[in-house]
Amino acid sequence: MHVIESGNVAAANGVKLARAHVVAAYPITPQTPLTEKLSEFVDAGEMDAEYIPVESEHSALSVCIAASSAGSRPFTATSANGLLYMSEQLHWAAGARLPIVMCVVNRGIGAPWTVWNDQQDAFSQRDAGWVQLFACDHQQIIDTVIQAYAIAETVSIPVMVCYDGYILSHTYMPFEIPDSDTVDGFLPAFSPEYALNPAKPCNLNTVTLPDIRPDVRGDTAPGYMEIRHNLHTDMREALNVIKTVDEKFYSIFGRGGHCFIEPYNCEDAEYIAVCIGSLSYQLRDVVDALRQDRIKIGVCGLRVYRPFPDEAIRETFKSAKGIIVLEKALSYGYEGALYADIKAALYDCDNRPFIHNYILGLGGREIKTQQLLDALRQSCTIDIPVPQWIGLKM
Amino acid sequence: MTQKNFACRISRSEPGPGDGGRTGSWRVLRPVIDLEKCIPAKRNKPACFTCWLYCPDGCITRTIPPTIDYEYCKGCEICAEECPVGAITMVEETVFIKEEK
Amino acid sequence: MAEKTTVLNLPEDELVHPGNRACAGCGLSIIYRIGLKALGRDTILVVPPSCLTVLQGLYPIAATQLPCLNVTFASTAAAATGILAALRAQKNTSTTVAAWAGDGGTSDIGLQALSGACERGENFIFICYDNEAYMNTGVQRSGTTPQGVLTTTTPISGKKQKKKDVPAIIAAHGIPYVATASAAYPIDFYDKIKKAKTISGPKYIHVHTPCPSGWGFNPRYTIKIGRMAVESGLYDLYENENGHFELSGPSQRLLKKDRRPVSEYLETQARFRGLSEARIASIQQEVDAKWETYRAQPS
Repeated sequence: MHVIESGNVAAANGVKLARAHVVAAYPITPQTPLTEKLSEFVDAGEMDAEYIPVESEHSALSVCIAASSAGSRPFTATSANGLLYMSEQLHWAAGARLPIVMCVVNRGIGAPWTVWNDQQDAFSQRDAGWVQLFACDHQQIIDTVIQAYAIAETVSIPVMVCYDGYILSHTYMPFEIPDSDTVDGFLPAFSPEYALNPAKPCNLNTVTLPDIRPDVRGDTAPGYMEIRHNLHTDMREALNVIKTVDEKFYSIFGRGGHCFIEPYNCEDAEYIAVCIGSLSYQLRDVVDALRQDRIKIGVCGLRVYRPFPDEAIRETFKSAKGIIVLEKALSYGYEGALYADIKAALYDCDNRPFIHNYILGLGGREIKTQQLLDALRQSCTIDIPVPQWIGLKM
Repeated sequence: MTQKNFACRISRSEPGPGDGGRTGSWRVLRPVIDLEKCIPAKRNKPACFTCWLYCPDGCITRTIPPTIDYEYCKGCEICAEECPVGAITMVEETVFIKEEK
Repeated sequence: MAEKTTVLNLPEDELVHPGNRACAGCGLSIIYRIGLKALGRDTILVVPPSCLTVLQGLYPIAATQLPCLNVTFASTAAAATGILAALRAQKNTSTTVAAWAGDGGTSDIGLQALSGACERGENFIFICYDNEAYMNTGVQRSGTTPQGVLTTTTPISGKKQKKKDVPAIIAAHGIPYVATASAAYPIDFYDKIKKAKTISGPKYIHVHTPCPSGWGFNPRYTIKIGRMAVESGLYDLYENENGHFELSGPSQRLLKKDRRPVSEYLETQARFRGLSEARIASIQQEVDAKWETYRAQPS
């Protein structure tokens, strides 16, 4: 069914189609309409789920952690300070290897208070052990939510589906809501390897010693470091799973095919602009304009931030002269985190391209096409110190 | 992911005794029951079992006579303190070490 | 009416393994052992960081024979909510969900989630074992540490503030069952859990739990000291069922007989050694005044 709806409604429909059993959420702008829509689905009996109106984001994720531990498929969503309030639970969910899916409707972080879009919230949780996927439009939001469950439940790692606040969450765009039976065929029912069960009592997330220790049968059980090492290797494995899930999704729904990087005009590009989220679609117009001036430039939108698709990045960027990374987030006191990651990924390339970094759009500062044009043209022409700021008025 | 593979990815404990080791070794004094005084032993029927009720570690049996699991008894002395007829006395562990030698 | 619970008919089934890491004479060990008998095997536990985390065992061996979810400090009641939601989604209405937290995990860092869960009417039993300080981290003051008590964060002049009345705060949510209990009266505690299991909605049981190492007394006296707290009228056992308040047996009996002087109780523990004579006299006055209000209530 094709509809014209908001990005938050697209996400809500994805959650409904994924048949989440337990939805726990706390309202925060700009996530709120997503939560409202889900409570409406449950209240109207359109969705067979438990809706838990928790008293905080910390509790929202706590409910999801416990529900997942007890064998149910949970969902939550948040933004900005709500995500930060969950921070402890983010790490807990990953360490406990729970396939929770959460939407992060990207918003700047206070102080000072801002309700507008940037991506500092999701970027600040980069090392929590979650898979982080980013959507660029409404179709990608609904598709990614459905895929997120398939990825999470295959690797037993929680997944964040991030999309830009207001720019995607509150704007209306056409998208297709897939047929429920087809989604059921894509996403099987959740069957966890272990769920809390009085018939098979186990104590989960117990204190774990620095070193290994024998279990009740005398077999060696891992220590904390082995458990964390496994989280890392499984996160790397998640790159393959993301690819497999995308291929399966493409074969059924005919959408996807660019699971790590979505390129635009990159085949012969000497310069490539890179960013995450809706900005990559805005940049397409800019790239088209620069092509008119015979500047061979393309744009790449990264769909996955963690696990970092470093191989795909090397493969896509290896013959470029220059890479221009534009970010709505910053590692204060250094440079953009995405820029640093891409720079590191390209370190081993034989012909390392130059890499520029622009910080823009913090706290919803408007990003004008002319500014992007000027910035990209500048990067294709002269060497500049990094990071540069776009739209800064001082 | 196979079951065994998944097991090494999380901290999931299974029930078993002696997580803290043989906690009987914590003991300085050993509770010893005088069966001449112990109510269920003397009457030869279920009664009292105050020691069983209050033992923090479940180391005393609700049997006639009650027995104490010295492998795990931590020697807290609650049983001796609470026994209504003073049937349990605390004896220096050194006495038993000498006996065992 | 059901058979009266006695030491002879308590379930034989031991759900806590011996050889765990709890201190000798631990009050928590006593109520945990008896409490799990009341909860029974068809129960899922939720436990935040506390001495119970240590008692329950280090990976990969568990001292408890019930399924248990260890959770972060602030999340206990929310986690119980999540398990209940999952069980409902799985059409399981028989399994009991019980949260078991210390006084810090209940009255301080866990209060927000607990309040939220009580307001939502979650069908769980929340048990707070109150040993009146953060014992697992080495005896720091908590919201339920009584006034004047020496802890490692009130080391010289004692805690300045009064003990937070958590059961009253929880009762103010209008939940169907709030009760207090004591480690010195395990059968009373057992009966209160059994009753809680029959009631739908949030149930809260607050258990006064002597701690030999944290309070500074010989572990031999764990029960004795718990009993003195009740018999002196300092710590009262009661049930509040749908707003109906009733003192439980051991406290009920104090209405008709002399209470022990609070000084007897206070003298038994090193943590009270900073109290002046005048302060002890004022504690006695406060206790006397409280009991006057109990006596004035129509029974």
